[in-house]
Amino acid sequence: MNGALLLAVGGLTAVGLYLVTGRSLSRIVLGYSLLGHATVVALIAAGGPAGRPPIAGQAEPEAMANPLPQALTLTAIVISFGLTLFLLALARRQRTITGDDLVEDDLEDRRIAAPDSLPGEQENQAAT
Amino acid sequence: MTELISIAIVGPLVAAACSLALRSRPFLRDLAVLAGLGSAALASHIMLVAVARDGTHTVAVGGWAPELGIVLVADLFAALILPVALTIIFVVEIFAIGQRRTVWAANPELSGPLLCVLTAGVSLAFLTGDLFTLFVAFELILVSSYVLLTHQGNRDQVRSGMTYVVMNLLASTLFLLGVAFVYSATSTVNMALLAERIPQLDTGVRLGIGAWFLVVFGTKAAVFPLFSWLPDSYPTAPTTITAVFAGLLTKVGIYSMIRFHNLTAMDDLGPLMLMVAATTMVVGVLGALAQSDVKRILSFHVISQIGYMLMGLSLFTVAGVAGSILFLIHHMPVKAVLFLVGGLIENHEGSSSLDRSGGLARRQPLVAVMFAIPALSLAGIPPFSGFVAKLAVISAAIDRGGTVVVVVAALVAGGLTLLSMSKIWNEVFWGRPTEGPRPSPAPTRGQRTMHTATAIAVAGTLMVALFAGTLLDLSTEAAESLRNPATYIEAVRP
Repeated sequence: MNGALLLAVGGLTAVGLYLVTGRSLSRIVLGYSLLGHATVVALIAAGGPAGRPPIAGQAEPEAMANPLPQALTLTAIVISFGLTLFLLALARRQRTITGDDLVEDDLEDRRIAAPDSLPGEQENQAAT
Repeated sequence: MTELISIAIVGPLVAAACSLALRSRPFLRDLAVLAGLGSAALASHIMLVAVARDGTHTVAVGGWAPELGIVLVADLFAALILPVALTIIFVVEIFAIGQRRTVWAANPELSGPLLCVLTAGVSLAFLTGDLFTLFVAFELILVSSYVLLTHQGNRDQVRSGMTYVVMNLLASTLFLLGVAFVYSATSTVNMALLAERIPQLDTGVRLGIGAWFLVVFGTKAAVFPLFSWLPDSYPTAPTTITAVFAGLLTKVGIYSMIRFHNLTAMDDLGPLMLMVAATTMVVGVLGALAQSDVKRILSFHVISQIGYMLMGLSLFTVAGVAGSILFLIHHMPVKAVLFLVGGLIENHEGSSSLDRSGGLARRQPLVAVMFAIPALSLAGIPPFSGFVAKLAVISAAIDRGGTVVVVVAALVAGGLTLLSMSKIWNEVFWGRPTEGPRPSPAPTRGQRTMHTATAIAVAGTLMVALFAGTLLDLSTEAAESLRNPATYIEAVRP
């Protein structure tokens, strides 16, 4: 297996994961596309050594590169491209609503976690 | 048989295209959606009968050999789950048509076609015979679910949609990396070939792959500690969409886990998975107890119930896997019905918040009955389907031995489920009606459609209880062929 490809997969995944864990959606988009590249390189690396283009008649079958991972890669690229666009649209929508593109906390979670608003206490307050 | 498999996948896709083209003609558009979903559901029922009689049927798409091309495999496991799933989507779409004129409804121009795409993804995920097509099916389901969840674009939906989308994108990326690992270890992504080759790998590589896919499918299925995206996002979507998500999406994750981890004989991961299952059950139900909104309570129960399905699978015995399959069959309709009733509560009370509703049993006794039956079933009270399913899983765990902790966790979680269901019952159906402005409910005709759809779904859950014996026999047969993949391999590679 090719060491340079493995190194590329590792590096891209590390940087991608770091960016995805941020709160800003534009960073997440960048991180996601890096992760997408990492998977593409990983799939190609999984296909074995490089070779001639796998087109019938242009090369001997033994000299061809493995075409199956290439087909898988193509599908993966299309999917990750579409989803990157969707993420960007979501970030734009968030900017229109709140003025920034940060991932917000769940207010309902906050309300339930806050000690002064337990459902039982609310009833007590209503009763008194 | 080949035609039936194609209809289940292609039918909804064609319907999606037609209903998009007809989006300015509401009647024809709904007709196209219902025809697509209905034909897929009908095909899946016929498929079940055919598979139960003649055994596994495979389709090599485009005539390629299994090493190179895509195979679709209708084995008993797939044929058993598929009709349940597709029927639920069909019933929910009828409910959605009734709910249309209210403020809680999804936008029908978008939700109809997207629901069809989601259905095609669900069919493909159940029927596919290779790992990469499973990834594509997941993406088909997820992409339509992203849009369904956020299509109204209000603040809550965008906020929770972000968590949902980012979490699932991350899981999909891990899935794809996992496919690359599997391919480099075995030079195939075909499940039947994987069932032959993965057990021969080194223990480290084999268990690494198993644990990797446990994380991938676990995130989709929302097991502890990977569930945080679910209770945030599900309640913000329109009820009908939440009903489909809660009934099906996490179950596709569990389904994939049952198939992959059994075919590749990952028995050594059993103890780890049992621990995850026990924690999922208890943490999910404790989360539900803290909530004060019907839809949020039900969302936490989705997580808790996933624990039971994981528990049956983690035993890695025929009885355990059969219990998991039966639990899947029981859980999908029950959960969807409960969310539909949540929609009815919203319609009659103006909100699904416990604080703002009360006394509904007197005004709408039918709604109360339609809540009580699936709620008791969810808690596992005899004679409903939940009791049979839980009994199958728990008795399988006791038979295997050495599982005291997980059995205790299952029983405790069952009790707490009943507690939080009675909380909904007390706050919504009993007590005094609350005062305050209520948004106008659906017109009478719409209400009748919604009630009818929910009643059909409740009847469906009762049918599961009624035919539990037959279903358990079929589940056991399906589990046997998953535990001994020789017949599966035979069917794919004659």
